[in-house]
Amino acid sequence: MTSLVEADGLSIEGRLSATAFSSGGGELIAVVGPNGGGKTSLLRALARVEGAGGTVLVDGKALDDLGEAHRRRLVAFLPASREVAWPIAVRDLIALGLPATDVARVEELVDAFALGPFGDRAIGSLSTGERARTLLARALAARPHLLLLDEPLSNLDPYWVLRTMDLLRTAAAGGSTVIVALHDIGQIDKFDRLLLLDNGQVVADGTPTALKDRVGALFGVEAIAGGGWRIC
Amino acid sequence: MLAILAAAHLLLPWSLLALEPGLRNLLLVELRLPRTLLVLGYGATLGLTGAALQALFANPLASPDVTGSSSGAALGAVAGGYLLGINEPLALAACGAAGALIALAMLFVFAGRRADTATLLLAGIGISLASGAATSLVLALAPSPFAFYDAFDWLMGSFTDRSLGQAAAALTPAAIAGAFLLGRSRALDLLALGEDVAASLGIRPRRLGIEVVALSAVAIGGCVSVCGAIGFVGLIAPFLGRRLTAGHPGRAMAPAAVIGAILLLTADLMTRSLERSVPIGVITALVGTPLFLWLVVHQRRGLTP
Repeated sequence: MTSLVEADGLSIEGRLSATAFSSGGGELIAVVGPNGGGKTSLLRALARVEGAGGTVLVDGKALDDLGEAHRRRLVAFLPASREVAWPIAVRDLIALGLPATDVARVEELVDAFALGPFGDRAIGSLSTGERARTLLARALAARPHLLLLDEPLSNLDPYWVLRTMDLLRTAAAGGSTVIVALHDIGQIDKFDRLLLLDNGQVVADGTPTALKDRVGALFGVEAIAGGGWRIC
Repeated sequence: MLAILAAAHLLLPWSLLALEPGLRNLLLVELRLPRTLLVLGYGATLGLTGAALQALFANPLASPDVTGSSSGAALGAVAGGYLLGINEPLALAACGAAGALIALAMLFVFAGRRADTATLLLAGIGISLASGAATSLVLALAPSPFAFYDAFDWLMGSFTDRSLGQAAAALTPAAIAGAFLLGRSRALDLLALGEDVAASLGIRPRRLGIEVVALSAVAIGGCVSVCGAIGFVGLIAPFLGRRLTAGHPGRAMAPAAVIGAILLLTADLMTRSLERSVPIGVITALVGTPLFLWLVVHQRRGLTP
């Protein structure tokens, strides 16, 4: 089942001016832009953090009107920070992503992210990459229809970058809308759609191929024939 | 364990039981019962509010004493009692709650919600020192020449000669506020994932913060206004409580309340077994300071126990 996401008037004061966004679902979308361009703010506004303006409808339901159990089936947010203040074990932390105890689902995610060897260790004792995988597993746990991931590929080794892209592709194939804030423009070809952000506004929206020159212009780089980028 | 300790606290020393039934029951109900109820309730309140504040500030050092809310409550109660001449226990409890609320509001202003440990501790120390000085000033200016002497015993924590009315004034608001705090344990667990993730799940971190601070102030304020400021139980009990909830800060509130009650009952049994009267706050501080310092060292190394 594909799920519809419709957002209007998204804003965060000083960071993101009124922005509209919609997706028919089943899309893997990259949000690209310079530092301070509004990538994180767009994700936070879609996640409905405090102080975010506008409305977000997922499957026709306004997120702001829903309680925890219902909301987590529709949306999940992975912030860029990999810090958790408390010594919660990996399995318990993934379970926090679920509305009720579901041991089978937690074990499924532990396997998918190869977290078994440290599944019962406190998250604070893991490496940054291992923490990143745990937190991503938490975000995926309830199979949300809208996945908002801030730099999910950073801190991961090359194997896990590829594995994570596969897992995100699978989520999109299942009908979810997956939105990823990305700083590595080397990855954009793996996405279905690109949102270019600058100065807190969406300046372009289209396929990676169509927007290649815009991406280059935004960062002052140009695409090399056969892949890769170089400074103009 | 809690029940056995509470029964021991109520009935020890046994000599009371040998008295003639009418007198025995009077002493049990009028003297022993308020003390046992207050120790039990205050200990539970310290554990519960300590766990709630620590979950809110995402910091294992944010206890009622370290955040300055206990000293704020003491200032509120002293000001109410000696400057405004309030005697009514429930009104004094309200003064204590107001003091605690002002202290916690100041902590928010100075340190913010998710302050690092140094900022939180420094702001807490500042508020504690200011409240302590203001408390001394109020006592010095008080019309009664015995104000200092009276207050010394009370400020370090005392459970002697409290009435059932005082116990009710301290514990009724604490029980109500505590029940509301327990209702926020899921939200406080989710806050461990960060304010933005909690917000994405429908929790409003700012409103949750105001609720936890207000409810904690009400609970602490009443207890402090009757029994004085007792340190370290609000630090140790949540720490032990989280060991029972696999690190989850919100659901640690209930075990922290039970542990807080056990700790304070034990401490009070110790003070009563001593020949000379020793304020209970001295005992909790002697036991609690080493743990506090151990927590500080762990924080310095970036490990949250």
